[in-house]
Amino acid sequence: MVGFAGYWMPIQYSGGIIAEHEWTRSHAGLFDVSHMGQLIVSGEVALEALQALLPADLSSLPLGRMRYSLLLDENGGILDDLIVSNITGDEGPAFYVVVNGATKQADIAHIEARLPAGVRLDHLAGHALLALQGPESAAVLERLFPGIAGELGFMQGTSRAFGAATVGIGRSGYTGEDGFELSIPAEHAKRLVNLLCAEAEVQPVGLGARDSLRLEAGLPLYGHDLDTNTDPVSAGLAFAISKARRADGGFPGAGRIAGLLADGPQRRRVGLLLEGSAAAREGSLVFAGTHEAGKVTSGGFSPTLGCSIAMAYVDAEHGAEGTVLEAEVRGRRLPARVVKMPFVPHKYHRKGDA
Amino acid sequence: MARFFTAEHEWIEVDGDSATVGITDYAQAQLGDLVFVEVPAVGTALAKGKEAAVVESVKAASDVYSPVSGTVTEANGALEDDPALVNSAAEGEGWFYRLTIADEGELDGLMDEGAYKDFVAGLD
Repeated sequence: MVGFAGYWMPIQYSGGIIAEHEWTRSHAGLFDVSHMGQLIVSGEVALEALQALLPADLSSLPLGRMRYSLLLDENGGILDDLIVSNITGDEGPAFYVVVNGATKQADIAHIEARLPAGVRLDHLAGHALLALQGPESAAVLERLFPGIAGELGFMQGTSRAFGAATVGIGRSGYTGEDGFELSIPAEHAKRLVNLLCAEAEVQPVGLGARDSLRLEAGLPLYGHDLDTNTDPVSAGLAFAISKARRADGGFPGAGRIAGLLADGPQRRRVGLLLEGSAAAREGSLVFAGTHEAGKVTSGGFSPTLGCSIAMAYVDAEHGAEGTVLEAEVRGRRLPARVVKMPFVPHKYHRKGDA
Repeated sequence: MARFFTAEHEWIEVDGDSATVGITDYAQAQLGDLVFVEVPAVGTALAKGKEAAVVESVKAASDVYSPVSGTVTEANGALEDDPALVNSAAEGEGWFYRLTIADEGELDGLMDEGAYKDFVAGLD
Protein backbone atom coordinates (compact mmCIF):
# COMPACT_ATOMS: atom_id res chain seq x y z
CA MET A 1 0.00 0.00 0.00
CA VAL A 2 1.21 3.50 -0.76
CA GLY A 3 -0.05 6.98 -0.07
CA PHE A 4 -1.35 8.48 -3.32
CA ALA A 5 -3.26 11.77 -3.60
CA GLY A 6 -4.15 11.47 0.08
CA TYR A 7 -5.46 7.88 -0.22
CA TRP A 8 -3.99 4.57 0.79
CA MET A 9 -3.92 2.51 -2.37
CA PRO A 10 -2.44 -0.84 -3.34
CA ILE A 11 0.41 -0.98 -5.86
CA GLN A 12 -0.68 -4.53 -6.49
CA TYR A 13 -3.03 -7.17 -5.12
CA SER A 14 -1.87 -10.75 -4.69
CA GLY A 15 -1.08 -11.48 -8.32
CA GLY A 16 1.79 -9.09 -8.92
CA ILE A 17 1.94 -6.21 -11.38
CA ILE A 18 2.69 -8.25 -14.50
CA ALA A 19 -0.01 -10.83 -13.80
CA GLU A 20 -2.55 -8.06 -13.14
CA HIS A 21 -1.48 -6.24 -16.29
CA GLU A 22 -1.85 -9.36 -18.43
CA TRP A 23 -5.15 -10.25 -16.78
CA THR A 24 -6.55 -6.84 -17.75
CA ARG A 25 -5.37 -7.23 -21.36
CA SER A 26 -6.98 -10.67 -21.66
CA HIS A 27 -9.93 -10.70 -19.22
CA ALA A 28 -11.27 -7.92 -16.98
CA GLY A 29 -9.44 -5.95 -14.30
CA LEU A 30 -11.27 -4.02 -11.58
CA PHE A 31 -9.63 -0.79 -10.39
CA ASP A 32 -10.69 1.31 -7.43
CA VAL A 33 -10.08 4.86 -8.64
CA SER A 34 -12.18 6.60 -6.01
CA HIS A 35 -9.32 9.05 -5.40
CA MET A 36 -10.24 10.79 -8.64
CA GLY A 37 -12.35 13.93 -8.40
CA GLN A 38 -15.97 13.63 -9.51
CA LEU A 39 -17.57 17.01 -10.08
CA ILE A 40 -20.90 18.24 -11.39
CA VAL A 41 -21.13 21.68 -12.95
CA SER A 42 -24.73 22.74 -13.41
CA GLY A 43 -26.86 25.79 -14.10
CA GLU A 44 -28.44 27.67 -16.97
CA VAL A 45 -25.10 28.80 -18.43
CA ALA A 46 -23.01 25.80 -17.29
CA LEU A 47 -21.97 25.07 -20.87
CA GLU A 48 -20.68 28.59 -21.45
CA ALA A 49 -18.97 28.60 -18.05
CA LEU A 50 -17.06 25.39 -18.82
CA GLN A 51 -16.20 26.50 -22.33
CA ALA A 52 -14.49 29.53 -20.82
CA LEU A 53 -12.13 27.13 -18.99
CA LEU A 54 -11.75 24.25 -21.49
CA PRO A 55 -10.94 24.11 -25.22
CA ALA A 56 -13.76 21.61 -25.84
CA ASP A 57 -16.80 22.40 -27.98
CA LEU A 58 -19.51 21.33 -25.56
CA SER A 59 -22.32 22.64 -27.75
CA SER A 60 -21.61 19.69 -30.05
CA LEU A 61 -21.56 17.19 -27.16
CA PRO A 62 -24.88 15.33 -27.16
CA LEU A 63 -26.57 14.17 -24.00
CA GLY A 64 -24.89 11.05 -22.67
CA ARG A 65 -21.64 11.63 -24.56
CA MET A 66 -18.19 12.01 -22.99
CA ARG A 67 -15.19 13.98 -24.21
CA TYR A 68 -11.53 14.26 -23.18
CA SER A 69 -10.54 17.82 -22.37
CA LEU A 70 -7.97 19.96 -20.58
CA LEU A 71 -8.16 22.55 -17.86
CA LEU A 72 -5.87 25.33 -19.10
CA ASP A 73 -4.23 28.29 -17.44
CA GLU A 74 -3.96 31.75 -19.02
CA ASN A 75 -0.88 30.72 -21.00
CA GLY A 76 -2.46 27.53 -22.32
CA GLY A 77 -0.46 25.50 -19.77
CA ILE A 78 -2.18 22.31 -18.65
CA LEU A 79 -3.65 22.48 -15.13
CA ASP A 80 -5.26 19.06 -15.49
CA ASP A 81 -6.70 16.62 -17.99
CA LEU A 82 -10.23 15.40 -17.53
CA ILE A 83 -13.30 13.78 -19.04
CA VAL A 84 -16.50 15.78 -19.31
CA SER A 85 -19.92 14.18 -19.87
CA ASN A 86 -23.16 15.88 -20.80
CA ILE A 87 -25.69 14.80 -18.15
CA THR A 88 -28.24 17.55 -18.79
CA GLY A 89 -31.58 16.54 -17.27
CA ASP A 90 -34.97 17.87 -16.23
CA GLU A 91 -33.28 20.35 -13.92
CA GLY A 92 -31.35 21.96 -16.73
CA PRO A 93 -27.83 21.92 -18.17
CA ALA A 94 -25.36 19.80 -16.21
CA PHE A 95 -21.94 18.31 -16.89
CA TYR A 96 -20.18 15.51 -15.01
CA VAL A 97 -16.43 16.09 -14.90
CA VAL A 98 -13.83 13.56 -13.72
CA VAL A 99 -10.44 15.06 -12.80
CA ASN A 100 -7.22 13.65 -11.35
CA GLY A 101 -7.00 12.84 -7.65
CA ALA A 102 -3.78 14.73 -6.99
CA THR A 103 -5.13 17.92 -8.57
CA LYS A 104 -8.80 17.83 -7.62
CA GLN A 105 -8.68 20.37 -4.79
CA ALA A 106 -6.76 22.86 -6.92
CA ASP A 107 -9.13 22.20 -9.84
CA ILE A 108 -12.18 22.83 -7.68
CA ALA A 109 -10.73 26.11 -6.40
CA HIS A 110 -9.78 27.16 -9.94
CA ILE A 111 -13.20 26.38 -11.40
CA GLU A 112 -15.23 27.82 -8.51
CA ALA A 113 -13.33 31.10 -8.67
CA ARG A 114 -14.33 31.46 -12.31
CA LEU A 115 -17.96 30.35 -12.33
CA PRO A 116 -20.55 33.00 -13.10
CA ALA A 117 -23.60 33.52 -10.89
CA GLY A 118 -26.17 30.78 -11.30
CA VAL A 119 -23.65 28.03 -12.10
CA ARG A 120 -22.66 25.73 -9.28
CA LEU A 121 -20.00 23.11 -8.77
CA ASP A 122 -20.76 20.06 -6.65
CA HIS A 123 -17.98 17.72 -5.60
CA LEU A 124 -19.25 14.15 -5.31
CA ALA A 125 -16.83 13.51 -2.45
CA GLY A 126 -18.99 10.67 -1.18
CA HIS A 127 -18.95 8.76 -4.47
CA ALA A 128 -16.67 5.85 -5.26
CA LEU A 129 -15.34 5.38 -8.79
CA LEU A 130 -14.60 1.91 -10.14
CA ALA A 131 -13.07 1.02 -13.48
CA LEU A 132 -13.72 -2.34 -15.10
CA GLN A 133 -11.27 -2.73 -17.97
CA GLY A 134 -10.46 -5.44 -20.46
CA PRO A 135 -11.98 -7.44 -23.32
CA GLU A 136 -14.37 -9.36 -21.07
CA SER A 137 -15.66 -6.26 -19.24
CA ALA A 138 -18.73 -5.85 -21.44
CA ALA A 139 -19.87 -9.45 -20.95
CA VAL A 140 -19.45 -9.12 -17.19
CA LEU A 141 -21.28 -5.81 -16.89
CA GLU A 142 -24.07 -7.08 -19.14
CA ARG A 143 -24.86 -9.70 -16.49
CA LEU A 144 -25.27 -7.03 -13.81
CA PHE A 145 -26.93 -4.42 -16.01
CA PRO A 146 -28.68 -6.18 -18.91
CA GLY A 147 -28.60 -4.18 -22.13
CA ILE A 148 -25.65 -2.01 -21.10
CA ALA A 149 -23.19 -3.45 -23.63
CA GLY A 150 -25.48 -2.70 -26.55
CA GLU A 151 -26.55 0.66 -25.22
CA LEU A 152 -23.12 2.21 -24.78
CA GLY A 153 -20.31 2.67 -27.26
CA PHE A 154 -16.90 4.14 -26.41
CA MET A 155 -17.23 7.52 -24.69
CA GLN A 156 -20.92 7.17 -24.01
CA GLY A 157 -22.53 7.21 -20.59
CA THR A 158 -25.81 6.48 -18.87
CA SER A 159 -27.14 5.63 -15.44
CA ARG A 160 -28.81 2.56 -13.96
CA ALA A 161 -30.51 1.65 -10.72
CA PHE A 162 -28.49 -0.55 -8.39
CA GLY A 163 -30.70 -1.46 -5.45
CA ALA A 164 -31.58 1.85 -3.84
CA ALA A 165 -28.64 3.60 -5.49
CA THR A 166 -28.05 5.09 -8.91
CA VAL A 167 -24.84 4.13 -10.65
CA GLY A 168 -23.40 6.31 -13.39
CA ILE A 169 -21.79 4.18 -16.11
CA GLY A 170 -19.45 5.44 -18.81
CA ARG A 171 -17.70 3.32 -21.45
CA SER A 172 -14.20 4.69 -21.05
CA GLY A 173 -11.01 4.07 -19.13
CA TYR A 174 -7.27 4.44 -18.87
CA THR A 175 -5.91 1.17 -20.22
CA GLY A 176 -6.57 1.27 -23.97
CA GLU A 177 -8.98 -1.65 -23.56
CA ASP A 178 -12.73 -1.70 -23.87
CA GLY A 179 -14.10 -0.96 -20.42
CA PHE A 180 -16.38 0.99 -18.15
CA GLU A 181 -16.17 3.43 -15.26
CA LEU A 182 -18.82 3.18 -12.57
CA SER A 183 -19.70 6.04 -10.24
CA ILE A 184 -21.63 5.00 -7.15
CA PRO A 185 -22.34 6.35 -3.65
CA ALA A 186 -19.58 4.96 -1.44
CA GLU A 187 -21.95 3.10 0.89
CA HIS A 188 -23.11 0.94 -2.04
CA ALA A 189 -19.67 0.45 -3.59
CA LYS A 190 -18.67 -2.59 -1.57
CA ARG A 191 -21.70 -4.55 -2.74
CA LEU A 192 -20.95 -3.68 -6.37
CA VAL A 193 -17.27 -4.58 -5.96
CA ASN A 194 -18.17 -7.92 -4.39
CA LEU A 195 -20.60 -8.72 -7.21
CA LEU A 196 -18.02 -7.84 -9.85
CA CYS A 197 -15.21 -9.77 -8.13
CA ALA A 198 -17.48 -12.82 -7.89
CA GLU A 199 -17.44 -13.02 -11.69
CA ALA A 200 -14.84 -15.47 -13.00
CA GLU A 201 -13.45 -12.95 -15.52
CA VAL A 202 -12.73 -10.27 -12.91
CA GLN A 203 -9.60 -9.75 -10.77
CA PRO A 204 -8.74 -6.62 -8.76
CA VAL A 205 -5.83 -4.61 -10.18
CA GLY A 206 -3.63 -2.09 -8.37
CA LEU A 207 -1.86 1.16 -9.21
CA GLY A 208 1.24 -0.56 -10.61
CA ALA A 209 -0.56 -2.19 -13.51
CA ARG A 210 -2.75 0.89 -13.96
CA ASP A 211 0.47 2.77 -14.76
CA SER A 212 1.96 0.13 -17.06
CA LEU A 213 -1.36 -0.26 -18.92
CA ARG A 214 -1.81 3.46 -19.51
CA LEU A 215 1.82 3.76 -20.59
CA GLU A 216 1.37 1.04 -23.24
CA ALA A 217 -1.82 2.81 -24.33
CA GLY A 218 0.19 6.04 -24.83
CA LEU A 219 -2.04 7.89 -22.38
CA PRO A 220 -0.30 10.73 -20.51
CA LEU A 221 -0.27 10.91 -16.72
CA TYR A 222 -0.80 14.33 -15.20
CA GLY A 223 2.08 15.53 -13.03
CA HIS A 224 4.51 13.49 -15.11
CA ASP A 225 3.76 13.80 -18.83
CA LEU A 226 1.59 16.89 -18.42
CA ASP A 227 1.92 19.98 -16.23
CA THR A 228 1.59 23.76 -16.47
CA ASN A 229 4.84 23.90 -18.46
CA THR A 230 3.29 21.73 -21.17
CA ASP A 231 0.62 22.81 -23.61
CA PRO A 232 -1.92 20.74 -25.58
CA VAL A 233 -0.02 20.98 -28.87
CA SER A 234 3.41 19.97 -27.54
CA ALA A 235 1.71 17.20 -25.55
CA GLY A 236 0.20 15.74 -28.71
CA LEU A 237 -3.30 16.46 -27.43
CA ALA A 238 -4.38 18.93 -30.11
CA PHE A 239 -7.33 16.61 -30.83
CA ALA A 240 -8.80 17.90 -27.56
CA ILE A 241 -9.05 21.41 -29.02
CA SER A 242 -12.32 21.25 -30.92
CA LYS A 243 -12.34 22.65 -34.46
CA ALA A 244 -14.99 25.24 -33.62
CA ARG A 245 -12.93 26.49 -30.69
CA ARG A 246 -9.78 26.84 -32.82
CA ALA A 247 -11.60 29.32 -35.00
CA ASP A 248 -13.39 31.23 -32.26
CA GLY A 249 -10.94 31.00 -29.36
CA GLY A 250 -12.39 32.16 -26.07
CA PHE A 251 -10.58 29.60 -23.89
CA PRO A 252 -7.51 30.28 -21.71
CA GLY A 253 -4.31 30.57 -23.71
CA ALA A 254 -6.19 30.48 -27.04
CA GLY A 255 -3.83 32.98 -28.64
CA ARG A 256 -0.68 31.09 -27.75
CA ILE A 257 -2.22 27.76 -28.69
CA ALA A 258 -3.30 29.13 -32.10
CA GLY A 259 0.34 30.07 -32.69
CA LEU A 260 1.56 26.61 -31.66
CA LEU A 261 -0.98 24.98 -33.98
CA ALA A 262 0.10 27.21 -36.88
CA ASP A 263 3.88 27.06 -36.40
CA GLY A 264 4.27 23.68 -34.75
CA PRO A 265 5.66 23.21 -31.24
CA GLN A 266 9.38 23.41 -30.40
CA ARG A 267 9.22 20.10 -28.57
CA ARG A 268 6.83 17.21 -28.72
CA ARG A 269 5.73 14.34 -26.56
CA VAL A 270 6.86 11.18 -28.34
CA GLY A 271 6.95 7.47 -27.67
CA LEU A 272 10.33 5.75 -27.31
CA LEU A 273 10.87 2.04 -27.82
CA LEU A 274 14.03 0.63 -26.22
CA GLU A 275 15.68 -2.64 -27.16
CA GLY A 276 16.09 -4.26 -23.78
CA SER A 277 14.09 -4.22 -20.60
CA ALA A 278 16.23 -1.74 -18.66
CA ALA A 279 13.85 1.12 -18.04
CA ALA A 280 14.39 4.74 -19.03
CA ARG A 281 12.37 6.34 -16.27
CA GLU A 282 11.13 9.86 -15.56
CA GLY A 283 14.05 12.28 -15.71
CA SER A 284 16.28 10.22 -18.02
CA LEU A 285 17.94 12.53 -20.54
CA VAL A 286 17.48 11.85 -24.23
CA PHE A 287 20.31 12.49 -26.70
CA ALA A 288 20.60 12.89 -30.46
CA GLY A 289 24.30 12.22 -30.93
CA THR A 290 26.01 14.54 -28.46
CA HIS A 291 23.06 16.96 -28.41
CA GLU A 292 20.72 16.79 -25.44
CA ALA A 293 17.39 16.52 -27.25
CA GLY A 294 14.92 16.03 -24.43
CA LYS A 295 13.86 14.20 -21.32
CA VAL A 296 11.79 11.15 -20.41
CA THR A 297 8.60 11.97 -18.51
CA SER A 298 7.48 8.41 -17.82
CA GLY A 299 8.80 5.02 -18.74
CA GLY A 300 9.03 1.42 -17.73
CA PHE A 301 8.76 -2.17 -18.78
CA SER A 302 5.97 -3.11 -21.18
CA PRO A 303 4.66 -6.56 -20.25
CA THR A 304 2.85 -6.80 -23.60
CA LEU A 305 5.89 -5.95 -25.75
CA GLY A 306 8.49 -7.50 -23.44
CA CYS A 307 10.78 -4.47 -23.60
CA SER A 308 11.14 -1.04 -22.11
CA ILE A 309 9.03 1.88 -23.38
CA ALA A 310 8.90 5.55 -22.48
CA MET A 311 7.25 8.87 -23.18
CA ALA A 312 9.58 11.83 -23.60
CA TYR A 313 9.49 15.44 -24.67
CA VAL A 314 12.08 15.94 -27.40
CA ASP A 315 13.00 18.81 -29.72
CA ALA A 316 10.62 18.71 -32.67
CA GLU A 317 13.46 18.22 -35.17
CA HIS A 318 14.35 14.94 -33.43
CA GLY A 319 10.78 13.79 -32.92
CA ALA A 320 10.02 12.16 -36.28
CA GLU A 321 8.91 8.55 -36.20
CA GLY A 322 11.79 6.17 -36.76
CA THR A 323 14.46 8.55 -35.44
CA VAL A 324 16.93 6.64 -33.31
CA LEU A 325 17.83 8.60 -30.19
CA GLU A 326 19.58 7.53 -27.01
CA ALA A 327 18.21 7.53 -23.48
CA GLU A 328 20.66 7.80 -20.61
CA VAL A 329 20.16 5.11 -18.00
CA ARG A 330 22.60 4.90 -15.07
CA GLY A 331 25.28 6.70 -17.05
CA ARG A 332 24.88 4.54 -20.14
CA ARG A 333 23.17 5.51 -23.38
CA LEU A 334 20.63 3.04 -24.68
CA PRO A 335 19.20 3.19 -28.23
CA ALA A 336 15.62 4.50 -28.14
CA ARG A 337 13.60 4.68 -31.34
CA VAL A 338 10.81 7.22 -31.75
CA VAL A 339 7.61 5.30 -32.42
CA LYS A 340 3.98 6.13 -32.90
CA MET A 341 1.78 5.85 -29.82
CA PRO A 342 -0.11 3.93 -28.59
CA PHE A 343 2.59 1.31 -28.12
CA VAL A 344 -0.15 -1.33 -27.87
CA PRO A 345 -3.20 -0.78 -30.11
CA HIS A 346 -6.35 0.57 -28.48
CA LYS A 347 -9.31 -1.79 -28.49
CA TYR A 348 -12.11 0.63 -27.71
CA HIS A 349 -15.60 -0.52 -28.59
CA ARG A 350 -17.01 2.13 -30.86
CA LYS A 351 -20.71 1.98 -31.55
CA GLY A 352 -21.42 0.39 -34.89
CA ASP A 353 -18.45 -1.96 -34.52
CA ALA A 354 -19.32 -5.60 -34.83
CA MET B 1 30.46 -23.77 3.14
CA ALA B 2 28.75 -21.07 5.13
CA ARG B 3 26.06 -18.64 4.13
CA PHE B 4 25.82 -15.09 5.49
CA PHE B 5 23.34 -12.25 5.04
CA THR B 6 23.41 -8.45 4.96
CA ALA B 7 20.95 -5.90 6.29
CA GLU B 8 20.41 -4.88 2.63
CA HIS B 9 19.09 -8.40 1.93
CA GLU B 10 21.99 -9.89 0.01
CA TRP B 11 23.25 -13.41 0.73
CA ILE B 12 26.79 -14.63 0.30
CA GLU B 13 27.81 -18.27 0.29
CA VAL B 14 31.49 -18.67 1.13
CA ASP B 15 33.55 -21.55 -0.28
CA GLY B 16 37.19 -21.13 0.72
CA ASP B 17 38.47 -17.82 -0.63
CA SER B 18 35.65 -17.39 -3.12
CA ALA B 19 31.92 -16.81 -2.72
CA THR B 20 28.57 -16.62 -4.52
CA VAL B 21 26.27 -13.63 -4.03
CA GLY B 22 22.55 -13.10 -4.57
CA ILE B 23 19.54 -11.37 -3.04
CA THR B 24 17.31 -13.01 -0.48
CA ASP B 25 13.86 -14.42 -1.00
CA TYR B 26 12.55 -11.65 1.25
CA ALA B 27 14.12 -9.06 -1.07
CA GLN B 28 12.64 -10.54 -4.24
CA ALA B 29 9.19 -10.64 -2.63
CA GLN B 30 9.50 -6.96 -1.68
CA LEU B 31 10.65 -5.99 -5.18
CA GLY B 32 7.93 -7.89 -7.04
CA ASP B 33 8.20 -9.10 -10.64
CA LEU B 34 11.75 -8.44 -11.83
CA VAL B 35 12.08 -7.47 -15.48
CA PHE B 36 15.76 -6.59 -15.69
CA VAL B 37 18.92 -7.62 -13.86
CA GLU B 38 22.36 -6.16 -14.52
CA VAL B 39 25.20 -8.22 -13.12
CA PRO B 40 28.84 -7.07 -12.92
CA ALA B 41 31.30 -8.07 -15.63
CA VAL B 42 33.97 -10.65 -14.88
CA GLY B 43 37.06 -8.86 -13.58
CA THR B 44 35.14 -6.03 -11.91
CA ALA B 45 36.64 -5.04 -8.57
CA LEU B 46 33.81 -4.64 -6.05
CA ALA B 47 33.97 -2.87 -2.72
CA LYS B 48 32.04 -3.98 0.34
CA GLY B 49 28.78 -2.06 0.65
CA LYS B 50 29.08 -0.48 -2.82
CA GLU B 51 26.86 -1.03 -5.87
CA ALA B 52 27.49 -4.38 -7.53
CA ALA B 53 24.34 -5.03 -9.55
CA VAL B 54 21.00 -3.48 -10.46
CA VAL B 55 17.56 -5.06 -10.31
CA GLU B 56 14.49 -3.52 -11.87
CA SER B 57 10.91 -4.36 -11.14
CA VAL B 58 8.04 -2.88 -13.15
CA LYS B 59 7.95 0.03 -10.71
CA ALA B 60 11.53 0.85 -9.81
CA ALA B 61 15.25 0.16 -10.11
CA SER B 62 17.24 -0.85 -7.03
CA ASP B 63 20.94 -1.34 -6.35
CA VAL B 64 22.39 -4.57 -5.06
CA TYR B 65 25.44 -4.05 -2.84
CA SER B 66 28.40 -6.35 -2.53
CA PRO B 67 28.55 -8.03 0.91
CA VAL B 68 32.35 -8.10 0.71
CA SER B 69 35.16 -6.65 -1.38
CA GLY B 70 36.63 -8.78 -4.14
CA THR B 71 36.99 -9.42 -7.86
CA VAL B 72 34.17 -10.91 -9.93
CA THR B 73 35.07 -14.31 -11.40
CA GLU B 74 31.71 -15.29 -12.88
CA ALA B 75 28.34 -13.62 -13.50
CA ASN B 76 25.03 -15.43 -13.84
CA GLY B 77 24.26 -14.86 -17.52
CA ALA B 78 20.92 -16.65 -17.18
CA LEU B 79 19.49 -13.60 -15.42
CA GLU B 80 19.83 -11.48 -18.54
CA ASP B 81 17.37 -13.65 -20.45
CA ASP B 82 15.26 -14.62 -17.48
CA PRO B 83 15.27 -12.04 -14.68
CA ALA B 84 12.23 -13.77 -13.18
CA LEU B 85 14.63 -16.53 -12.09
CA VAL B 86 15.40 -14.25 -9.16
CA ASN B 87 11.72 -14.28 -8.21
CA SER B 88 11.39 -18.04 -8.48
CA ALA B 89 14.75 -19.07 -6.98
CA ALA B 90 16.39 -16.08 -5.30
CA GLU B 91 18.59 -18.11 -3.00
CA GLY B 92 19.50 -20.77 -5.58
CA GLU B 93 19.54 -20.57 -9.38
CA GLY B 94 18.91 -16.85 -9.20
CA TRP B 95 22.42 -16.09 -7.89
CA PHE B 96 24.06 -12.92 -9.24
CA TYR B 97 27.84 -13.33 -9.31
CA ARG B 98 30.86 -15.15 -7.89
CA LEU B 99 33.92 -13.36 -6.58
CA THR B 100 37.24 -13.90 -4.88
CA ILE B 101 37.16 -12.60 -1.33
CA ALA B 102 39.76 -9.87 -0.79
CA ASP B 103 39.52 -9.76 3.00
CA GLU B 104 37.92 -12.57 4.98
CA GLY B 105 37.68 -10.22 7.94
CA GLU B 106 34.83 -8.45 6.13
CA LEU B 107 32.63 -11.50 6.75
CA ASP B 108 32.68 -10.84 10.49
CA GLY B 109 29.97 -8.21 10.53
CA LEU B 110 27.46 -10.28 8.50
CA MET B 111 24.46 -12.16 9.89
CA ASP B 112 24.05 -15.92 9.88
CA GLU B 113 20.74 -17.43 8.78
CA GLY B 114 19.15 -17.33 12.23
CA ALA B 115 20.14 -13.72 12.83
CA TYR B 116 18.82 -12.72 9.39
CA LYS B 117 15.50 -14.47 10.04
CA ASP B 118 15.12 -12.51 13.27
CA PHE B 119 16.13 -9.33 11.46
CA VAL B 120 13.44 -9.83 8.77
CA ALA B 121 10.82 -10.77 11.36
CA GLY B 122 11.48 -7.43 13.04
CA LEU B 123 10.81 -5.50 9.81
CA ASP B 124 7.10 -6.29 9.40
